[in-house]
Amino acid sequence: MGVEQPKTLGNGFITTSLDKLVNWSRASSMWPMTFGLACCAIEMMAAGAARFDLDRMGILFRASPRQADVIIIAGTVTKKMLPVIQTVYEQMPEPRYVIAMGACASSGGIFDTYSTVQGIDEALPVDVYVPGCPPRPEGLLYGLMKLQEKIKRERNTFGAAIGVGEVIRD
Amino acid sequence: MSVQQIVEKIKANFSSEVLNVVEYRGETTVTVNKEQIVEICRFMRDDCGFNLLCDLCGVDYLGQEPRFMVVYNLYNITTKQRIRIKAQVFEPAASIDSVSGVWGTANWHERECWDLMGIVFNGHPDPRRILMPDDWEGHPLRKDYPVQGPDREPYKGRLS
Repeated sequence: MGVEQPKTLGNGFITTSLDKLVNWSRASSMWPMTFGLACCAIEMMAAGAARFDLDRMGILFRASPRQADVIIIAGTVTKKMLPVIQTVYEQMPEPRYVIAMGACASSGGIFDTYSTVQGIDEALPVDVYVPGCPPRPEGLLYGLMKLQEKIKRERNTFGAAIGVGEVIRD
Repeated sequence: MSVQQIVEKIKANFSSEVLNVVEYRGETTVTVNKEQIVEICRFMRDDCGFNLLCDLCGVDYLGQEPRFMVVYNLYNITTKQRIRIKAQVFEPAASIDSVSGVWGTANWHERECWDLMGIVFNGHPDPRRILMPDDWEGHPLRKDYPVQGPDREPYKGRLS
């Protein structure tokens, strides 16, 4: 975990070390919302099933947004579906992360039409974009690992959790 | 009763309404005026046995007269016969009577047709949008609707 025995008890000691603990626990139990929109959801299910097995990384799909930390936007976002996604996202407790999976969720993909949102980043703050049409489960796994690295780089997560300051993200 | 005999029967009962009969590759299409479409459909159901409305859809012939056609694909479950009825719909009113009282299936099909084509179905019991969001403006499957939506610069080709 990288917690070292300090030589002096400086100001930063408690928060930095606890930040690492908080970040480690958050990165090790990213629970995604069970939310599939199109064919990318099939690859997402394959990534969660036996062969690729997201459970070994502590990634368990949750059926309720209140228990979820991550929402994987797996598929084409239509303008009619967008309010539903926004509602689900708003119901998730903070900290919450968004993965745009595939070309459609990242940019609209081939659906350059009146009915399709041209990238979910028009509505939600995206942390990781996974390219592909659809991405293979390895691609999604790599994206999830990138999100884990990103979570582990956050600072003042413990402080923010007890109400002191904000989380600092690079 | 063969399909030819059914067509003759329609012609005998609605002589002023039938405009054109085409048979192509074993499929018979009867083009009619829209004024008595409900009577024609009820006749098809009650007297010719076409008890299933497979599909109801609109076609946009932009630049031609009439601009729209409403197409009724009918099926007789007993004799396994099919026939197609096309009704002419002119602009700018673009309206036709609803046949949802004849076949219940027509209810949602007519909603879809109005939603995407903008053809008004008079007397429809529930004239709401069915596929597009409720606050949508315009009818996207019309040929003059910009494919990327009215609020965007139209696509002019990959190299432009």
